[in-house]
Amino acid sequence: MADQYYFRGGVHPAEGKKLSSGQAIQVPPLLESYVVPLMQHIGAPPKPVVKKGDTVLRGQLLAQPGGFISAAIHSPTSGTIKDIGVCMGPVGLETPAITIASDGDDTPDESLTPLNWHTASRDTLRERIAAAGIVGMGGAGFPANVKLTPPLEKPIDTVILNGVECEPFLTADHRLMLEQCDRIIQGALILGRILDVTDIFIGIEENKPDAIEVMRQKTAGTTITVAGLRVRYPQGAEKQLIYAVTGRKVPTGGLPMDVRCVVNNVATCAAVADAVNDGKALYERVTTITGTPVTTPGNWLLRVGTSVEEALKLVGGVKKDPAKLLLGGPMMGMSIYDLSVPVMKNTSGILLLASDEVEQFTSNACIRCGRCVDVCPMTLMPGSLSVAIENEAFDLAEAGFAMDCIECGACAYACPSHRPLVQHMRRAKAEITAARRAAAAKK
Amino acid sequence: MDNDNTSSREAAVHLPDMEKLVVSSSPHMHSGEDITRVMLMVILALVPACLCGIYFFGIGALWVLLLCTASCVGFEAFFCKLAHKPNTVPDLSAALTGILLGMNLSASSPWWICVLGAFIAMGLGKHIYGGLGYNPFNPALVARVALLIAFPGHLTTWVAPRGATAAGAALTAASDGVSTATPLYAVPQALQQGGEVTYEYMSYFLGRIGGCIGETSALALLIGGLFLIALKLIRWQVPVAFIGTVAGLTALIQFVSPETQPTPLFHMLTGGLFLGAFFMATDMVTSPMTRRGAIVFGVGCGVITTAIRAWGVYPEGVSFSILFMNALTPFIDRYSSRKPFGIAKRKDKK
Repeated sequence: MADQYYFRGGVHPAEGKKLSSGQAIQVPPLLESYVVPLMQHIGAPPKPVVKKGDTVLRGQLLAQPGGFISAAIHSPTSGTIKDIGVCMGPVGLETPAITIASDGDDTPDESLTPLNWHTASRDTLRERIAAAGIVGMGGAGFPANVKLTPPLEKPIDTVILNGVECEPFLTADHRLMLEQCDRIIQGALILGRILDVTDIFIGIEENKPDAIEVMRQKTAGTTITVAGLRVRYPQGAEKQLIYAVTGRKVPTGGLPMDVRCVVNNVATCAAVADAVNDGKALYERVTTITGTPVTTPGNWLLRVGTSVEEALKLVGGVKKDPAKLLLGGPMMGMSIYDLSVPVMKNTSGILLLASDEVEQFTSNACIRCGRCVDVCPMTLMPGSLSVAIENEAFDLAEAGFAMDCIECGACAYACPSHRPLVQHMRRAKAEITAARRAAAAKK
Repeated sequence: MDNDNTSSREAAVHLPDMEKLVVSSSPHMHSGEDITRVMLMVILALVPACLCGIYFFGIGALWVLLLCTASCVGFEAFFCKLAHKPNTVPDLSAALTGILLGMNLSASSPWWICVLGAFIAMGLGKHIYGGLGYNPFNPALVARVALLIAFPGHLTTWVAPRGATAAGAALTAASDGVSTATPLYAVPQALQQGGEVTYEYMSYFLGRIGGCIGETSALALLIGGLFLIALKLIRWQVPVAFIGTVAGLTALIQFVSPETQPTPLFHMLTGGLFLGAFFMATDMVTSPMTRRGAIVFGVGCGVITTAIRAWGVYPEGVSFSILFMNALTPFIDRYSSRKPFGIAKRKDKK
């Protein structure tokens, strides 16, 4: 058992996980078509390698990485390329996408052959992870192979699996840990082999005792340690998780590798295991479809490119009209208004909130109560920063470490004045980044 | 919406109405805490002390409290209108200021003292700076101190408390038997004149002494203060540091000159210390945001209060000390601001 370190701050919103935590992962029937966006990750846009009218197989490469920090995109089923155009993306802007008309056979592509991870070279394993298009499935969508290729001067000694799932309502990772822990453990060991690391931790919040129990049983005799963590949002934020498990603090502006750690979501680990052991590209994931307006909330193995509309049909639609539709959890998820937005590699949840759960506020002046200061997991001063940002004093915001904000939303959750603290921080980060670029360009 | 029988099973699935979907930035959940609730809880916490004031000083105390509150609410509405701002009366902050102002006045205050106090609190204390959140000084204290300087007679004429003991009454009685001095004035004076003093700690603790309406009952204020601390609406660091500093320093002073200085317990239980420490120094808008800052603030208040009580011309220094520390709050905030997560590490490397 690892020593536990408690990060300062944090909040404990109502969990709402009981709606779907008892529902086993279900597999939906094939759809007639899938709209696969190209930008499902952080980094450069991938380049399509197919053209309209091509026939493709399930798992066949549709677009190859457009740079080192980029990711490959694969077909979710077999069929023909109906269109290479655009679709509505989660941020409310159109984004490039490839539409596949399913042929109904779901014939697999077998160009990626199974590897033996015990014997395959590290580079072969890394290439496989890149070839399978694996990105961080917890939310950010950072290409996994990049994380696994740290520069030589940054040695890694610890791999941490993120099974915290601290966002309310989401249960996809929870179900995955309960039902498919072997895949996760395999993936963890593969990551350990790639990075030549034996210290592997799985961090799970203590509100999932069954998952902790299963994981402890299955990891007995391995170098994997299961760490039960305090239930406190945002326990699953990368820096807070590293601190909770190892006691190391990622330096300001730094990355996990600065404290010799690599963090991956449990779903990402399962995808790594599939890519290596079965030669399977990342084209489907477990997504929680939930919320009080949902008829039958559940956890579904959705293929990338499934529209939110089709996903909602799987759960029987809604009992009452929701006031908000979110991709991801309620604390950091994105609200969307268009049901044609497709599920992507990092869509951990489709969440509907009823009108009585969605309050619209008028923001007031900061009353300096200090709640935000108490709950900020990065120990910033969000209230003072937001006042500075309101006055466009971005130099003050920078001096107050606005760039360290992880946008977890704990401050805005706690603020009795309903101030848009996260928006303020985002604005400051954009302005500071722009100013830094301008300064760099001058030199 | 027609739902005829011929429609397919798929169409029967009710999907979200896109027109009704709200798009906004994360987070999409809120704790439910809002300013009105915070203010309401503080007002509730003041109820025991107000009831004690009314019990000990009679119905006049109730009128003072009501008049101050009503005037503050009225002036709040007036100044909001004057500044073309939305009416902020419903957030209850003006009502709270009014109650605090009333608690800081004598039960024998004439009506115009209350109204003028409310005008100063809302106008010079709050709205001249832009309203709630922007005022650097506690509005109720601004009004109290302005009145104290302008009308010292009205602010220091006290009503004899109901049920005061004979010894206590003798100690604090003035010539007419209605006005009475506070122990904080009478006891040090008696000591300095070489007289014998009997401390009536139980009277001080319950509030059976002369003074402002809301300041005399340490017990009632303690109940309200603990309630607020339990709800995490105020930082315990402020009252603990404030009262602790006063106790420590007065103990030191009494140790040096035991003949002429009252005991630390006397200093803790009399005057406006509990009211100031639990309800005035903890005002969110005018006190530091960090825990560390709260301790500095409390200690500063304690030092100034003790200095004024021991050596100043005024018998009481709580109001002045809090206003002084209010002025220092931006500095305290600045120098007590915390290192963000991960900063210490970077310094280790250097």
